[in-house]
Amino acid sequence: MTKSILLAGFGGQGILFCGKFLAYKALIEGKEVSWLPSYGPEMRGGTCNCSVIMSDRQIGSPIITNPDILVAMNLPSLDKFENDVIPGGQIYVDSTLIERKVQRDDVEVFYIPATKMASDNGMRTLANMIITGNIIKHCGDIPHENIDAAMAKVVSAKHQDLLDVNISAVELGYNY
Amino acid sequence: MAEKVLMKGNEALAEAAIMAGCRHYFGYPITPQTEVAAYMSKKMPKIGGTFLQAESEIAAINMVLGVASTGKRVMTSSSSPGISLKSEGLSYLAGCDLPALVVNVQRGGPGLGGIQPSQSDYFHATRGAGHGDFHMIVLAPSNVQEMVDLTFKGFDLADKYRMTSMILADGTMGQTMEPVSLEMGEVKTYDKPWATTGTKMERPHNIVNSLFLKPEILEEENFKRYERYKKIEETEALYDEYMMDDAEICVVAFGIAARVSHNAIDEARKAGIKVGMIRPITLWPFPKAALKAASEKVKAFISVELSMGQMVEDIDLAIRCAKPVLLCNRVGGMIPTVKNVYDSIMQANEIGGDR
Amino acid sequence: MAVVFDKPHALTDAPFHYCPGCTHGIVHRLVAEAIDELGIEGRTIGIAPVGCSVMAYDYFNCDMIEAAHGRAPAVATGVKRSDPENIVFTYQGDGDLASIGTCETVHAAARNENITIIFINNAIYGMTGGQMAPTSLPGQITQTSPYGRDVEKVGYPLKICELLSNVDGASYVERVAVNNVKNVKAAKKAILHAFRNQVEGKGFSLIEVLSTCPTNWGLTPDKALKWLEDNMIPYYPLGVYKDRYSGEEK
Repeated sequence: MTKSILLAGFGGQGILFCGKFLAYKALIEGKEVSWLPSYGPEMRGGTCNCSVIMSDRQIGSPIITNPDILVAMNLPSLDKFENDVIPGGQIYVDSTLIERKVQRDDVEVFYIPATKMASDNGMRTLANMIITGNIIKHCGDIPHENIDAAMAKVVSAKHQDLLDVNISAVELGYNY
Repeated sequence: MAEKVLMKGNEALAEAAIMAGCRHYFGYPITPQTEVAAYMSKKMPKIGGTFLQAESEIAAINMVLGVASTGKRVMTSSSSPGISLKSEGLSYLAGCDLPALVVNVQRGGPGLGGIQPSQSDYFHATRGAGHGDFHMIVLAPSNVQEMVDLTFKGFDLADKYRMTSMILADGTMGQTMEPVSLEMGEVKTYDKPWATTGTKMERPHNIVNSLFLKPEILEEENFKRYERYKKIEETEALYDEYMMDDAEICVVAFGIAARVSHNAIDEARKAGIKVGMIRPITLWPFPKAALKAASEKVKAFISVELSMGQMVEDIDLAIRCAKPVLLCNRVGGMIPTVKNVYDSIMQANEIGGDR
Repeated sequence: MAVVFDKPHALTDAPFHYCPGCTHGIVHRLVAEAIDELGIEGRTIGIAPVGCSVMAYDYFNCDMIEAAHGRAPAVATGVKRSDPENIVFTYQGDGDLASIGTCETVHAAARNENITIIFINNAIYGMTGGQMAPTSLPGQITQTSPYGRDVEKVGYPLKICELLSNVDGASYVERVAVNNVKNVKAAKKAILHAFRNQVEGKGFSLIEVLSTCPTNWGLTPDKALKWLEDNMIPYYPLGVYKDRYSGEEK
């Protein structure tokens, strides 16, 4: 099993964070992983993306040209990466922020109103984790396990009070 | 075995340096290696070490020279344009036979270039790091674990041979996060009777110097240095082989280019092409013997690089131009895609079998 | 038999290579005497970069480092940070300190690096054969200002002590001269003070020493001393420019 996941959105949406969560979760599950952010001026306010690969074998390039899974958390990201997803792959769309539909018919698409859900549930900044929960539900290769342990690794020491709400957000997305 | 942790290449490298006993870091801000300096600025004060943001790259490398003169482990890190500025200091470090670790997280050039990954400082690192006859040991990590392992090794080789080790990384290796083990083993220490730590009125004064106005003596200094280099070339070349047993085509790549090539080789193997890879881990000394041996078996080589064919020269020299060497490259911050490399493998496969 | 005059222990027996009448010898001696008097030779590291004094490593008995042109304050920073208990001095000329190494000098001062800098200002590049220095006087004829230093075209000399006295980090900055006995005595006091400051952890000290270069000035040694007095001292007034711990600022 090798899964490549491209997460993309605006800076500030927690794109890198949920990439780290997925990477750590896979590491705990004994997988090889790589996590590569876009960097440079892009980091400052513009679009932001990060590539996560998890595999049973040694990972070749950490760069993803054609992801198995695309997470689009804003329109520019969907416009930019929609056509790169491999046929048969999956696209997760934050349908609160992206009004249009995915145009391809050879991929599986999940529309999650993650930003609205987050806001409705008093977890305004956690749309990223809601989508992550939904990936866990539909992906097939990412077990619904080790969420607490992985979260503990990626939530920094000074933000431990946010641990539970992050886990709740993942569960909310999983149960959507 | 120690638990593996996820770390960014730049931070893993910095932590490895600390574990190798480096307590002095000097640098100047430049993208894309800032995490190294940031990590050091956080850690060094807590362990009684020095983090100093120098007024310039030139000052930073000379501060490195100062600490190196006292026999302690010391490093600086920068990216391509900053490394150009450090060139003067690199030459002086060589002329004074001082050990140091210098990290170059390369970006596209020349000039101010860009900030995306590159390998276009290959010539600078392996041939022309400054004026005069000298070499640096050049280590090219291809994953985050190697950012750790080669940093550790770099310090050791620097001390062992009294010279500069350079970690020649690229933006991708610096930014990628992968699981690493930080279990490093013991730090080997070396006697440094030449260090300028004060005579204590117990010995003649030590002099750290690269000035030799008598040509006979300067010649002798160079000859002696190259005796050491010869030994390094014979004993310290490192490389990794992938699927070379039955290979008819040999990809040569390091750093991120090797990672991409790895995928392309897997694809080509699926298509029945007998292709493998020799991945130099030391760029100086270049693993000449491995390539020479491969040249007896394969029909062609492909140099996959993020530069304009700089490594082709080393491959040609290593194999004495015995076989064709194709170039598969992207530059300016672009990275060869798996398809780029795959296409080159297919092209190499067309070459007639003059085996 | 009583010894009435002796060579400082901190100087080696190697004969100086300096030209007749050059004042480097005097300043070397003053530095060595300061090292002797403070009893710090065994823990002193000297740094001499490119310039006439580049071979100072042959003349001082303490550990020595030869540095790249202008970089001595950076090298000294490394040495001092590595072994803070050691005493670190640099010995730099005017081209070195006030031209190619201005950046390193000013920033070492800004950091209040606990080092001692001996700055030889003889208004000319000696080692390379008499080119215009950053401190060459307006109108001064040199190999590369054959019609005299034209300040309209090449700018004005840098007054290092005045400059550094405005750097908050600098602890002690004084300008002295070695053109007569009285001034040599004052120079000795200043150099000793600069080393003692470091021993006491008082930070960055720089002593600018107005010196002669008879060879490249094209003057006999005695006329060179006179030229220094008549031309350099009026342009570069002697005195303490900053001394954080005594308050007597000029």
